[in-house]
Amino acid sequence: MTEKKTLPSGHSQILQMEMHGITKRFPGVVANFKVDFDVRAGEVHALLGENGAGKSTLMKVLYGMYQPDEGQIKLDGTPVTIHSPVDSIKQGIGMIHQHFMLVESLTVAENVALGMPSTRGPLTDLKKVSARIYELAEIYGLRVDPDAYVWQLAVGQQQRVEIIKALYRGAALLILDEPTAVLTPQEVDEFFVTMRQMVTDGHALIFISHKLHEVLDISNRVSVLRDGEMIGTIPTQGATKTQLAEMMVGRPLGEIKIRQQSKTSQTRLVLQDVCSQSDRGTPALKNVSFEVCAGEILGVAGVSGNGQKELAEVITGMRPVTSGKIILDTQDVTGKSPKVLMGRSLSYIPEERMRDGMIKEFTVAENLILREHDQMPFSRRGFLDLKAISEHSEGLIQDYNVKTPSLETTVKSLSGGNIQKLVLAREISRRPHTLIAAQPTRGLDIGATEYVHHRLLEQREAGTATLLISEDLDEIMALSDRIAVIFEGEIMGVVPRDQATAEQIGLLMAGVAETAAK
Amino acid sequence: MIDQLFTEAVLVGILASGIRLATPYLYASIGETLSQRSGVLNLGVEGQMLLGAFTAFYITFTTGNLWLGVLAAMFVGLLMGLAMAFVTINLQAEQGISGIGFYLFGLGMSDLLFQKMLGTVATVSGFRPIHIPWLSDLPIIGKILFSQNILVYGAYLLVAVTWFVLNKTTLGLKIKAVGESPQAADSLGVSVSRIRYLTVSVGGMLSGLAGASLSIALLNVFQQNMTSGLGFIAVALVYFGGWRPFAVMGGALLFSMVNSLQLWVQVLNIPIPSDFAVMMPYVLTIIALVITVQRVRPPSALTKPFERGH
Ligand SMILES: Nc1ncnc2c1ncn2[C@@H]1O[C@H](COP(=O)(O)OP(=O)(O)O)[C@@H](O)[C@H]1O
Ligand SMILES: [Mg+2]
Repeated sequence: MTEKKTLPSGHSQILQMEMHGITKRFPGVVANFKVDFDVRAGEVHALLGENGAGKSTLMKVLYGMYQPDEGQIKLDGTPVTIHSPVDSIKQGIGMIHQHFMLVESLTVAENVALGMPSTRGPLTDLKKVSARIYELAEIYGLRVDPDAYVWQLAVGQQQRVEIIKALYRGAALLILDEPTAVLTPQEVDEFFVTMRQMVTDGHALIFISHKLHEVLDISNRVSVLRDGEMIGTIPTQGATKTQLAEMMVGRPLGEIKIRQQSKTSQTRLVLQDVCSQSDRGTPALKNVSFEVCAGEILGVAGVSGNGQKELAEVITGMRPVTSGKIILDTQDVTGKSPKVLMGRSLSYIPEERMRDGMIKEFTVAENLILREHDQMPFSRRGFLDLKAISEHSEGLIQDYNVKTPSLETTVKSLSGGNIQKLVLAREISRRPHTLIAAQPTRGLDIGATEYVHHRLLEQREAGTATLLISEDLDEIMALSDRIAVIFEGEIMGVVPRDQATAEQIGLLMAGVAETAAK
Repeated sequence: MIDQLFTEAVLVGILASGIRLATPYLYASIGETLSQRSGVLNLGVEGQMLLGAFTAFYITFTTGNLWLGVLAAMFVGLLMGLAMAFVTINLQAEQGISGIGFYLFGLGMSDLLFQKMLGTVATVSGFRPIHIPWLSDLPIIGKILFSQNILVYGAYLLVAVTWFVLNKTTLGLKIKAVGESPQAADSLGVSVSRIRYLTVSVGGMLSGLAGASLSIALLNVFQQNMTSGLGFIAVALVYFGGWRPFAVMGGALLFSMVNSLQLWVQVLNIPIPSDFAVMMPYVLTIIALVITVQRVRPPSALTKPFERGH
């Protein structure tokens, strides 16, 4: 073995970390079953798997946030027990969580200092911390202002803070749980430069993603988890996307085929100079204008938090418009209530399916008739017709392939994919003229994602005008006829799909306006 | 009539008693600030104060030792705080409801003990104003600021100390982090439950002290339900002050100054209906709350129990 050296972050290297036979159970779920996994200094080991495969759980076990039911962890050959993050931090393990672990109301330096001993005893030593942040930022190209409050920072910057936090704690082994999910393609490139620098210095990196091209790009080895079990570990060199995807899903995948020509006939949805405010009262949408025609999918691309949520809410009548006009099927519907809009054949697949899409304590059947519960045939003179309801629900569950023990099961106990199928069933079976789909595949596994895509394309065939709002650029590129890019509440440009490149869209997503306007 | 208020002696009296009357509010609301900053809403303050007030009074009454009374009241408050911490942190009970439970417990218990152990209303000779050489002799200022008893000074000192702890120490950083984002704090190895135990029990201890300041420093008697809503006002003051110690102090002062004014109005027999006079501080609180609460944001994790992995 090579000599252990000291990393620029101050900790000595972890040459090899091994996890043996890790099993972790939650009530009713085996999240990890006899999983072996290892990582060495100077490599990126990618951990691949669908949502719910158990990736985060395995990593939380390594980081001491969960205790494994069985199994052993070894650092440089010595078995260790990690009771809590305090232990793992001490051992030189750092973790960037899928959901950032930052205190928004504190500054960058305060977040970095939190929980660390101070050189001034009980008093904080934020000046020293800031100086160290500048040093680390210099080495790894992580520009960030130590005195800025976290809530002021963009997502990409917040991620840098997370990395600095881990490095400040002397992390020699860094777990990166889906770090690229929130970044623009350009930010991903920058992030990879930082990762490569860390690997060159001798860090050991674990990289979790379900974007295959990223995994192929950055990693040295890939391991695939499926349903909590380790399917295999292979060198990245020589691996292909198809091979990895099949390992993840466990079966060959179909391909999305999309007709290039769409029959753009009549205009269904028009937004004219629509402005609106965020919950905080700041401008969220600035003069947004576009139109969606029957039989087309207009994709709205953008980095999270650039007005997508407000856009969907404004169109569906859930958020007031401060100025501008919304026209649905040639009628001005600005300021109309969701109920009126629904009557005009507008359907909505909300971003927060558990909060806005479903009432999670209600049963499957109840949720399926939420929209029409007070109309015939489900309701007669104020009384629910339970027979009609269950027949209707039974039909939908079959048509949409929902896996549920019964109609009386509460929605909260179903998996994410099945819940989304219920939302689709309710919204699409109404044969809407216009469909707003906000992040329709967020958090779904590949199988369910495929299903949703299939259904959306089917709607396009059937002549529905679809507005697809998504932060997943690959999804936008695969499904849209035209792509609108939103940045800080403004539409930066609308590009036909066949003329769009990922680079161009990425630049627009970062707020760089088109220079060579046509 | 009204011009009776504008004599020097009366104005000095109003200000001096305003400063003094803020004492129980300060102890209680600073304790509550700590607890809320870490994410726990303690609505049991009033009950903790009542038991503290009784304990301080009883111990002083029987032993004649004021400091023993203060310590006993703080100890009882601490026990109540620990119980509140156990219920809300370990058992993850709904905080608002648990707090009301503790209020009712303190209300009933203090009354029961009062009936059983004292029976009638008695008085003690409480803390006396301390004479500070030179400062107390200053004209006007001396009478307003420097002729107060030790618990009054202690309350204002506590405000400064709490500000310092919250803003300049690693402990303060942990308290704020736990109240804003317990997940983040936990992921960095900060024990969420330990911090919350600390703030809630210190908060309880301070509520006990607030009770003592009423029964052996301001009024020098104990009566059933003698706090009459003071503990709830203290909770409101925390919102009013936007969870910042000095702003909370500002609120407490505003409130007690108006209270002091209305007491003098009654003393001087100024013809304002006394019910209306008594109402003034409360009306003021409601108005102040309506104006301020909309622009400050409470700690994000306030009232939310923490469990790893959620
Ligand atoms: N704290 C928890 N309590 C109960 N079940 C959990 C918990 N965390 C994860 N799970 C379950 O364990 C499985 C694996 O989840 P996770 O590790 O988050 O997957 P991944 O990160 O690969 O998407 C899922 O079925 C999930 O519902
Ligand atoms: Mg995960």
